[in-house]
Amino acid sequence: MDASPIQATPTPVIRFEAASKSYQVNGALVPALQPVDLAIQKGEVFGIIGHSGAGKSTLLRMINLLERPTGGKVLVDGQDVTHADGAALRRLRAGIGMIFQHFNLLSSRTVADNVAFPLRLQGGMAETDIAARVAELLALVGLDAHANKYPAQLSGGQKQRVGIARALASKPSILLCDEATSALDPQTTASVLELLADINRRLGLTIVLITHEMDVIRRVCDRVAVLDAGQVVELGSVADVFLHPRHPTTRRFVAEADHREGRGPEYAGVPGKLYRLSFRGETTYSPMLSRVVRDTGVEYNLLSGRVDRIKDEPYGQLTLAMHGERLDEALAQLRAAGVDIEEVAP
Amino acid sequence: MSPLQTLFPNIDWAEILQACFDTLLMLGGSLLFTLVIGLPLGVWLFLTARGQLHAKPKLYGVLSLVVNVLRSIPFIILMILLIPLTKAITGVSIGIRGAIVPLVIGAAPFFARLVETALREVDRGVIEASQAMGATTKQIVTRVLLPEARPGLVAATTVTAVALVGYTAMGGIVGAGGLGALAYQYGYNGYKPDYMLVTVALLVVLVQLLQMLGDWLVARYSRK
Repeated sequence: MDASPIQATPTPVIRFEAASKSYQVNGALVPALQPVDLAIQKGEVFGIIGHSGAGKSTLLRMINLLERPTGGKVLVDGQDVTHADGAALRRLRAGIGMIFQHFNLLSSRTVADNVAFPLRLQGGMAETDIAARVAELLALVGLDAHANKYPAQLSGGQKQRVGIARALASKPSILLCDEATSALDPQTTASVLELLADINRRLGLTIVLITHEMDVIRRVCDRVAVLDAGQVVELGSVADVFLHPRHPTTRRFVAEADHREGRGPEYAGVPGKLYRLSFRGETTYSPMLSRVVRDTGVEYNLLSGRVDRIKDEPYGQLTLAMHGERLDEALAQLRAAGVDIEEVAP
Repeated sequence: MSPLQTLFPNIDWAEILQACFDTLLMLGGSLLFTLVIGLPLGVWLFLTARGQLHAKPKLYGVLSLVVNVLRSIPFIILMILLIPLTKAITGVSIGIRGAIVPLVIGAAPFFARLVETALREVDRGVIEASQAMGATTKQIVTRVLLPEARPGLVAATTVTAVALVGYTAMGGIVGAGGLGALAYQYGYNGYKPDYMLVTVALLVVLVQLLQMLGDWLVARYSRK
């Protein structure tokens, strides 16, 4: 993957230092989140994936202190905000936008008034400036024509766009997305994710999103943390985690994204050895497999595969059964061309 | 003899008009004070309940008990119990002014409970979103909870107003005046069935009008 300037000079905007959360339930302390150490860099789209109850919602809400850690620290822009209160807490929150699974719009206010809401809360802005800012935001999310409608008159995707416009109103540097696409159909999900990616590129906003869908991570995130039972079990670039999942939970998420969950061992009896070939970047579109096969005379049988994109980077992952006298040579040539090869059990 | 006099031989229409006026005055006055006291009390109940923005379970328990005690005393007894307080506040123990004190004390806890229920109907997610935007509790109450719960609050006001019509009629028995007093004095004690019929009919019309107005406002403010 190309090293972007962001990764060359990492400046964490959000840092968890052994941040943990436990709840008091009937006198007993129940841990919801084990101590987490995590740094989220400026301008990246950071995904947190986990099943419900894994603690991802708690982790996300610690950033704007909707959940206060019971142990450790949370730093935003280098400032320890763990114990922020009163005006300091409200200032912190005003600088962090948030969107929600169920949109959480004010049903009694129009689209324009919903978007203007955070600006009016903070006060000190003239109504004419607010109107101009609202118009600008509605144009950004493509809802100019709906300014005077009420949320109940909008579709799910449009409601989430209002949510995004509202979250961006006070020009935050961080946007938190709480399962923002989980209540939307696949097509609307795609368009909302595209909008988020676009905002990230154009405004340089840091986005932290939580989801239970690997596909959401694959489409927009740069890095991902996998949460399982209140612990970060895997962390890395989306391409690494997606193509080479290590933890069983991660494997399950990736399998879900490939629609091959629960299919079990299905290649027993296939002749030859099984390999999973992963391509990334430009290699994906070069005819190297056919070249190597022609040169070495090995035979292969394509068992499953997928060619797609991880955010903007093309990738391919194929499972092949291969056999032939010059198999080792073929594998070596593929590796030399940048293909990642793992042998898999049938 | 005019047809009205033939149908209702005992009725003094000027007296009926005065009674209508008295009833409306008691209703308006007591409803106003009920809203002024009951709305903040309802908000307070809502905020201090377990799991809410300013959860104070002990305070909530005390408030809740007071509200329940006031709600469980039959209104007619409450009126008599409150005579010393009424005298202290208004200088009189009977009449329209005297009736307003027990009417408010009887209706405000009832209305507060309805307010609490209406506020609980507001989507928690919307409250969380407002917190995430940096809203203060005061802003959440005035700009989120009350506007979002407006249809429910209007419905609560309607129910309370209708209940107050019933209470004012009871107030008539202890000399508060109004349509209830006429129904009781002339219609019941004085064996004049035409008085009973006319006063009850007027009370029915009043309740109908209040309910229609309330329903119209609820429909107007509903955005769901």
